[in-house]
Amino acid sequence: MRNSAIIAENISKQYRLGQVGTGTLRHDLNRFWYKIRGKEDPYLKIGESNDRSVKGTSDYVWSLKDINFEIEQGDAVGIIGRNGAGKSTLLKLLSKVTKPTTGSFKVNGRIASLLEVGTGFNPEMTGRENIFLNGAILGMRREEIRRKFDAIVDFSAVERYIDTPVKRYSSGMYVRLAFAVAAHLESEILLVDEVLSVGDVEFQKKCLGKMSDVSKGEGRTVLFVSHNLSAVRELCDKGLLLENGALKVNDNISDVIESYYRTTNETISLNKIKVTVKYEDDLAYWAVGTRIKIIIENLKAVKGNFLDITFYDKFGKRVFSIEGALAKVPLKLNEKIELIIINPGFVNSFLSMDIGLKEYSSGWYAYLETSVLQIPTVDLENSRSIKGLVLPEIYFKNEENSDQFRLLE
Amino acid sequence: MDSNNTTWTEEIKAENSLMSINFKELWHYRDLLLMFVKRDFITFYKQTILGPIWFFIQPILTMAIYLILFGQVAKLSTGGAPKIAFYLSGIIIWNYFSDALTKTSNVFKDNSVMFGKVYFPRLIMPFSIVVSGLMKFAIQFGLFILVVLYYTFVHQLIHPNWWILATPLLIMLMAGFALGLGMIFSSLTTKYKDLTFLLTFGIQLFMYATPVVYPLSALPQKYKGIVMANPLTGIFECFRHGYLGSADFQPSSLITSTVSIAVLLAVGIIIFNKVEKSFMDTV
Repeated sequence: MRNSAIIAENISKQYRLGQVGTGTLRHDLNRFWYKIRGKEDPYLKIGESNDRSVKGTSDYVWSLKDINFEIEQGDAVGIIGRNGAGKSTLLKLLSKVTKPTTGSFKVNGRIASLLEVGTGFNPEMTGRENIFLNGAILGMRREEIRRKFDAIVDFSAVERYIDTPVKRYSSGMYVRLAFAVAAHLESEILLVDEVLSVGDVEFQKKCLGKMSDVSKGEGRTVLFVSHNLSAVRELCDKGLLLENGALKVNDNISDVIESYYRTTNETISLNKIKVTVKYEDDLAYWAVGTRIKIIIENLKAVKGNFLDITFYDKFGKRVFSIEGALAKVPLKLNEKIELIIINPGFVNSFLSMDIGLKEYSSGWYAYLETSVLQIPTVDLENSRSIKGLVLPEIYFKNEENSDQFRLLE
Repeated sequence: MDSNNTTWTEEIKAENSLMSINFKELWHYRDLLLMFVKRDFITFYKQTILGPIWFFIQPILTMAIYLILFGQVAKLSTGGAPKIAFYLSGIIIWNYFSDALTKTSNVFKDNSVMFGKVYFPRLIMPFSIVVSGLMKFAIQFGLFILVVLYYTFVHQLIHPNWWILATPLLIMLMAGFALGLGMIFSSLTTKYKDLTFLLTFGIQLFMYATPVVYPLSALPQKYKGIVMANPLTGIFECFRHGYLGSADFQPSSLITSTVSIAVLLAVGIIIFNKVEKSFMDTV
């Protein structure tokens, strides 16, 4: 039996809309008058649920209302919901940036929060000085930072610039350094807000990998807010779905994501696919004409009839995307789609691909999976590859009726 | 779930008692205070040509103006002390106080971005401000010491005495006063911005209610009581008594200052601690 890391009891957070102005003093005095008579705050009774699209009648809204949950030690919990659902507010309350209006959290362990990358970085100071400053802001002792300094620099991969003021850094380097500091915090509970949207694909992978180590490897508790659902699914095992400040679902992550799709007027049900990449032979480099087989295994039946694949280079830049209707729909359970890529002349050593199944009419993705093709580095001088824009040939093959059809004529 | 036998390391609640100051946590973050001081130190010189020389230029020019305005035009008494040493002493300690007060009173406003994204005991911030201010004070104090040595040994006009040993206490009192007052203002200005304006000209006026450009002895009897009520009066008088040997210093006034500053500081810390938990919603 595991112990709880966090218990939230009746957590609510009220915000006042509009300007803080002359009305504030009147409300404050009124509140004070109620308080000295031992009555409840009159403004707590009013207030509406936080639906930003609807014009309300009250100046007060509940950003969070009566949230109760329990998180066990070692859980990786994804918090999802639409913009303004209260995700960030929840993390702010937990990290003590602001306090709840009602209710309480019981916390077991030290909390480290990463609501923003590089908070308190001083542009005039060097990378080295900022590691110490930022580490101290996040609650590390000087000794602790010194001990981990090499690991931090190593993780950030900006060693060359470590004695340069951070104002000379590229935004990517800035983020790398900042995340590296936060990733090395010794805390039992780690709160991470949408911070990985910055940085290149490679570094995002590294960050997710580090967070995965933190939760699965070291058994620490992680709360992760993100709109990147494939990252949430990869990292988390539990999930909280917030909607207009209320906790809708508190369950396993796949069920929570499924519920989330339903709230976004998703018409087709969520499906899961498994992607395997097979190289035909031992690759020294990815030469033109090399055949790479990608097998997409459907783990749930899907109504979607469109397959959509996008390839990105290591900087997250789209190389090309392609979509095409599948011959046979709907796909049954465990049905396999084989994709054969004949390298048309990519010289990148690193490609990542997003594969989505979607329904043509709605445009909603049934599932989006990100996979990485890692190919040994090519020596440009000696390779036979062609650099430039190409028209790739890709064949889709449905296993049962093996008639191949060609896309992009 | 055996949550009953779990001992919680922390509880985050809506209501906090007034006295809930977590000293253990403050102590844990002591390195952060040093890092903030270091940051202020490093960033001050960056991209200036004269660097620390600015610390000298400002008090020297101010002193020159005072010499002309208060010394020549208004012909205010300096209680027998050489005018240069007298004005300089007033300027450097007043500068320290007013800088510390202005900066601590803006602590929430100036740091709202950082405070909104990460938690650390907010008290660290105002404390680091008064400590950082000591760097500038130390440099200007060095200048003042040169002037004192010059008048003591070259002209033999002034006679420093053992009260100079009280200097660290005087600095602490001044820091405490600036900190206490600054924290009260910073807590109130998060919601009511009007107080910022009050503070800006309030500091200017307050300087004249403090014996900066005149000695207490030069005041008419009926105003003495008012100026004596100012906790800074005892500090200024003691400082000048020690270094310049000017008379009319009563040790009892220092005790009054100490008590009133201690009370103010305690009130400041309590209010600040109360406001820091929710200021992000109002600032």
